[in-house]
Amino acid sequence: MRLVTHNMLQCHVKGCNSNNFPLQLSDVEIEIQETDFNPKFLRNMLSKLEWNALVKTALEINITTLPNVLPNDLDEEFLKMLHRVLLETHIKQGQMICPNCNHTYPIKDGIPNMLLSETET
Amino acid sequence: MSLRALELLNLPDETCFLLDIGCGSGLSGEILDDEGHIWIGLDISPSMLQVALDREVEGDLFLQDIGQGMNFRPGTFDGAISISVLQWLCNADQQSHNPKSRLTRFFSTLYASLKRGARAVFQLYPENDDQCELIMNVAMRCGFEGGLVVDYPNSKKAKKYYLCLFAGQIPGGQKQQIPQALGEEKEEHDVIYSNQRIRERQKGKQRKSVKNRDWVLHKKEVARTRGKKDVPFDSKYTGRKRRPKF
Repeated sequence: MRLVTHNMLQCHVKGCNSNNFPLQLSDVEIEIQETDFNPKFLRNMLSKLEWNALVKTALEINITTLPNVLPNDLDEEFLKMLHRVLLETHIKQGQMICPNCNHTYPIKDGIPNMLLSETET
Repeated sequence: MSLRALELLNLPDETCFLLDIGCGSGLSGEILDDEGHIWIGLDISPSMLQVALDREVEGDLFLQDIGQGMNFRPGTFDGAISISVLQWLCNADQQSHNPKSRLTRFFSTLYASLKRGARAVFQLYPENDDQCELIMNVAMRCGFEGGLVVDYPNSKKAKKYYLCLFAGQIPGGQKQQIPQALGEEKEEHDVIYSNQRIRERQKGKQRKSVKNRDWVLHKKEVARTRGKKDVPFDSKYTGRKRRPKF
């Protein structure tokens, strides 16, 4: 799972509607898979990203290259770095924990298991 | 089918962030890859997802029951496609499953996760008209607009149902229309044909005469070589028009 996807995820347990984002990562294994650089797509995505959540998540998995505040001028170098973090960093193993209801979503082979039990739907 | 669904999505010509609902082994995802889109796939079957992993598709995969709703932040996706999936949501595999509430949860969470004005296209095989109606009803109640596009309605084999939904209208854009289905524009075709005929007749009137001087000279030459005796001589008057009769 790419970090850009993680930035879109929130807990969907029924009744868990506030403080359910971002899901906390723990025990993660990370892999870098190179893909084509697409600056236009990144610029489009920036409006959809929650920057603070992204920085927080990145720190959880020891990525310290992101600035605390989104810079105003987006030069090539910054976008390349962002591309590296968002689209090339894959989470292979580990789990995601909802900060509100503590539901744990395991990640196996890069596929998060988002199934809920009967009582949670 | 994925290509047709993609066409129905009517995306701008750039890389988009898409959702593939019920991606299975990633067949439709591969097409999204080819078109250069970034996508996320959901499927309930771990074995199918494993196949997708082995095929090394580009998108992110999720093990998820779409009847339990989606967990994406509002306004995430530029579009969603789903190939041959939606009819399964109408089945109650377990006793606690209620198709209607599952459909409601699915559509409402999907509506939330789509960008305003984004489209969702579902290719589906409805069992009967009631099922179709149920799905449409639930989708409309969740705020979607749009309708069913039936491709090749007269063919048994090629007939395909596409449910084409719009999550609201694009702010400031023009109103979205349900796209034209394939294979049912027969009447329109007739009109085009009759237009062509009229144009042809007009062409006939304007056509220039081919019987000019060169043509006459050539005819005479041919007649002479064939040995005809009473071929008139060539002169400066050959091939000229006669003066109009008073």
